[in-house]
Amino acid sequence: MRKQVTQNLGFGLLFLCITTALFFLGTIIYFITVRGVRILSWDFLTEVPKEAMTAGGVAPAIMGTFYLTVGSIIIALPLGVACAIYLTEYSPRSFVVNIIRMSINNLAGVPSVVFGLFGLAVFVKLFGFGVSVFSGCCTLGILVLPQIISAAQEALLAVPQSYREASLALGATHWQTIRSTVLPTALPGIMTGAILSIGRVAGETAPILFTAATFYMRGFPKSIFSEVMALPYHIYALMTEGTHPEQQTQIAYGCALILLFLVLSISAAAIILRQRQRKGYE
Amino acid sequence: MSNPVKIKVENINFYYGKSHTLKNLSMDIFDKQVTAIIGPSGCGKSTFIRLFNRMNDLIPNTRFEGKIYLDGKNIYSPGVDIVDIRRRVGMVFQNPNPFPKSIFDNISYGLKVNGIKNRHTIEEKVVESLKKAAIWEEVKDRLQENALGLSGGQQQRLCIARCLAVEPEVILFDEPAASLDPISTKKIEELIEELKKDYTIVIVTHNMQQAARISQYTVFLYLGKLIEYATTNELFTVPKNKMTEDYLTGKFG
Ligand SMILES: Nc1ncnc2c1ncn2[C@@H]1O[C@H](COP(=O)(O)OP(=O)(O)OP(=O)(O)O)[C@@H](O)[C@H]1O
Ligand SMILES: [Mg+2]
Repeated sequence: MRKQVTQNLGFGLLFLCITTALFFLGTIIYFITVRGVRILSWDFLTEVPKEAMTAGGVAPAIMGTFYLTVGSIIIALPLGVACAIYLTEYSPRSFVVNIIRMSINNLAGVPSVVFGLFGLAVFVKLFGFGVSVFSGCCTLGILVLPQIISAAQEALLAVPQSYREASLALGATHWQTIRSTVLPTALPGIMTGAILSIGRVAGETAPILFTAATFYMRGFPKSIFSEVMALPYHIYALMTEGTHPEQQTQIAYGCALILLFLVLSISAAAIILRQRQRKGYE
Repeated sequence: MSNPVKIKVENINFYYGKSHTLKNLSMDIFDKQVTAIIGPSGCGKSTFIRLFNRMNDLIPNTRFEGKIYLDGKNIYSPGVDIVDIRRRVGMVFQNPNPFPKSIFDNISYGLKVNGIKNRHTIEEKVVESLKKAAIWEEVKDRLQENALGLSGGQQQRLCIARCLAVEPEVILFDEPAASLDPISTKKIEELIEELKKDYTIVIVTHNMQQAARISQYTVFLYLGKLIEYATTNELFTVPKNKMTEDYLTGKFG
């Protein structure tokens, strides 16, 4: 009898935890939607800002965030996967490699504003990319690199050794084994890491503050070396500057809703992609 | 002992870290014969055959001493092409390990990594290998399905087909039926019976009846040492060593 009681208590507690988590998630989505949906309109999505940010749309910020997110993932994903392959498949398990692993993990804990300053010093100034989409993508790419490396490493380590042995036993080279067996098997796991990074990148403000973002633009960026507007930074600017807090707050909620939607839809697309990949491997 | 020697093992020692797992083994393996390796669990049977295709190279912190000749060439001499050795010496593992790919891709994999690009050739080889491994009838209508959907016994025959596709000269079987039911086991045994005409076969087995049924030669290992090596007939009827006799009669192991 006592066992039964303990068990029920345990389940009850777990149920409470999950409902609490879901409650907060639901509240956030509800709150942002209710507040943001009022201002949403076709013009809001497609127009440039007007009258000192108090009217018009936020299209440049939407595009900017989209560019920055996609660009940084394009930079970070191949680089991160390559690093992970080297660390798990090639490097001997030596002292030096352990130090490298530890450094990568620590890099993940560095505050994002520090990455922003680094980006300013290196990409904007030293390499001369200026405050631009490209500098922003590089900075954000480096920001999520550790996360992508760790996720990819885990995915690679989870590939059963028996697959590697089977491949090598057929006369495949080490590289053929990695390319044709290990990587395809690890891909769903790697994609999961990439999906998580997308959410992170899209929402970051600090790394693009000095490297890519501008408060106001009349049109869209002309090249990857122009400045951009971005949704998170736009929200920040709307809430801290300007003279018409009333209208600006409304627009900020609209931006937040769009950002939420953008992140969710990029993630959804990635999940669908991953599911497709997985089908072939389970 | 009429057939020529295919693999010559000369004074080999093998260490996992500090533990001395194989102790000064020497023996000859004859061409187009089935050689069975028997012995109690942990005596080093798997470790031993994994030396023939250099699979133990993958395990860190191991050390190998001695020589293993394949057709008279030492496969452990520096500069030897390990990839080529592994193509010539195929292996079927204890647990079926098909790739998480389609049945067709499982077989074509070995062909592709060995540089065969012609689609027609590949298709022909896939069918031929599946037929040789006696699994063609069961899978011919589902070549594009994932191999992991097959039963354990089918998966193991698929692995044998995958191995045959690259045309090895030697096939190493590490307890190929250990995880299978009696009917699948019988099928695998019949298959080996068939394959011994064309290939040199080395098979590790726990099952002494199995060794007696399918092999011409049997070697008994105990604690990393070669205790006795003879024709299967001799070893099972008139073992020379007391330990072999005790093992065969089930006194230990
Ligand atoms: N990767 C490894 N690292 C360290 N020791 C190992 C490793 N693989 C095997 N050993 C040890 O080497 C010895 C021989 O192992 P091996 O797998 O060759 O035995 P086996 O005869 O194939 O046994 P079984 O019949 O159970 O498969 C055992 O004592 C085992 O614990
Ligand atoms: Mg074994």
